[in-house]
Amino acid sequence: MGTPRKTGESPWTYLLLAVILIPFLFPLAWMFLSSLKTQVQNTAFPPVWIFPPTLNNYREVFVKNPFFTFTWNSLVVAAGSTGLALVLGLPGSYAIARFKRTGIALAILTARMAPGIGYLIPWFILFTKMKMIDTYIALILTHLIVALPLVLWVMIGFFEDVPAELIDAARIDGCSNFSAFLRVALPLVKPGIVATAILSFIFSWNNFLFSLIIAGFKTRTLPIAVYNFMSYEEINWGGLTAAATIITLPVLILSLFIQKHIVRGLTFGALKG
Amino acid sequence: MANEIRVEPMPTWAPSGKPASAWSLFVEHHPVLVFTLPAAVVVFVLMVFPVFYTVYMSLHSWFASSLTAPEFIGLQNFKRAFTQDERFRNAIWLTLYFTALATALQVVLGVSLALLLNRPFRGKGFFRSIFLLPMVATPVAIALVWMMMYNPTLGVMNYLVGLVGLGPYTWVSDVRFVIPALAAVDTWEWTPLITLITLAGLATLPLEPYESALIDGATPAQMFWRITLPLLRPTIMVALLFRSIDCLKTFDIIYVMTAGGPGFASETLNVYTFQVGLFYFHIGYASSLLVILFALVLGVSLILIKVRRGAW
Repeated sequence: MGTPRKTGESPWTYLLLAVILIPFLFPLAWMFLSSLKTQVQNTAFPPVWIFPPTLNNYREVFVKNPFFTFTWNSLVVAAGSTGLALVLGLPGSYAIARFKRTGIALAILTARMAPGIGYLIPWFILFTKMKMIDTYIALILTHLIVALPLVLWVMIGFFEDVPAELIDAARIDGCSNFSAFLRVALPLVKPGIVATAILSFIFSWNNFLFSLIIAGFKTRTLPIAVYNFMSYEEINWGGLTAAATIITLPVLILSLFIQKHIVRGLTFGALKG
Repeated sequence: MANEIRVEPMPTWAPSGKPASAWSLFVEHHPVLVFTLPAAVVVFVLMVFPVFYTVYMSLHSWFASSLTAPEFIGLQNFKRAFTQDERFRNAIWLTLYFTALATALQVVLGVSLALLLNRPFRGKGFFRSIFLLPMVATPVAIALVWMMMYNPTLGVMNYLVGLVGLGPYTWVSDVRFVIPALAAVDTWEWTPLITLITLAGLATLPLEPYESALIDGATPAQMFWRITLPLLRPTIMVALLFRSIDCLKTFDIIYVMTAGGPGFASETLNVYTFQVGLFYFHIGYASSLLVILFALVLGVSLILIKVRRGAW
């Protein structure tokens, strides 16, 4: 078990940790457990805690609904908006960090503070006129409203951590501005890029409001599929929680890779937790 | 273009050794412009245009489905909101109630947990990984599982409160409980953020004040109220402001769980605006509601930016 440390690490600490974790873990665990129960077990009161698990709910979700299509739609939109946000945002955040143009950054932050519906209504009207509702392009563009400011803000923080002397040295050695960015700065912030990309992907994957209005039958993403599922499956808890588990599990797994950077990401780079 | 021979002194930076093109010289002289222009253009089109459109529409009366052009009506929409619209007043009150309740719960709980956890233990990374799951989990899935847990007849929540002799409650189906019940979901989701932020803040506190306090014979309670809390204040402030901004705009959980109901008992400003704009298609009025909500959020944001600059 290794050598015990001198301070603070007693059995009580671990008991305390467990007591704190249980309430935060419970709803997600309950979701997963319910997805493995039969309808009878799910509607039992008092609730059933120990039971033989079944995968029937998952089978049903995929057989009864085009869940692969919804998953594909979510993937295309999340990957598309994340990719675009990185291509547009990385050079921008590099320049803002290196040349200290915080004015631009503050303007973007202010725009980010506006309620999402404020962006949604004009774009909904415009996309309706252009017959672009229910297209990947329209969905990706609206998701970019979240992704691009996120990438800009979080990456400014990472680029600020790159010592200016390194860039200056590269410039003196004959690097152009662009190759200093491409060959010196970018490789140094690679962990930051990975974290930001994952975060942006999660935000798009989880997005409900924009997809609710912009996605249609052809491009329906997972959150909207689950929401619709809720209104006509009322009390089929096994099926509902199976769908909820399918949509949440990839996000939970992805988040484990970026746990060091999650606070920075969720506070838009304001705090490095 | 690229093959032109230039007589001006050549910078030696062209890595390939080829003569510099007009384009790369332009990048050399205007790096900020070239690097930020793509992002700036997209941000302008995607985000600044809708803001102007909303402000413009807020002064007009227009239904998206109608064939007539928007009619300019000045500040009539705002007048209507503040003087005649009972649902708007209800929404403002509920938005503030939800935001105050949820942020207060999260900050008190989050900071307390951070103080409890501020000790060395093995498996910190594992703990953090588990602890941050509520924040990243898909809101629709969260809403779904909480709806199930809040079910008045079969839900596990009534079973759990029943174990300590309380309930049964009808949770989100009850006009009196719906906002606290929704605030509880938001608190479950976001308390970990406050805890992690506070833990990071605690890790940077200087030791000297505590040493002097020990010498002066201060009690742990005195040290907490007189040293720890004041030093943590900027950190807590930023966390608080982030959460207030997001709480003012909370949509997913409320819309999926109650859609503003029962009746209008959980119809916050964001949910009401959604109904006015994208259900009744009254774009003009919805835009004026958005301006009001934006003003509310912007007021808080400006304070946040001040804090971030350290001018607090």
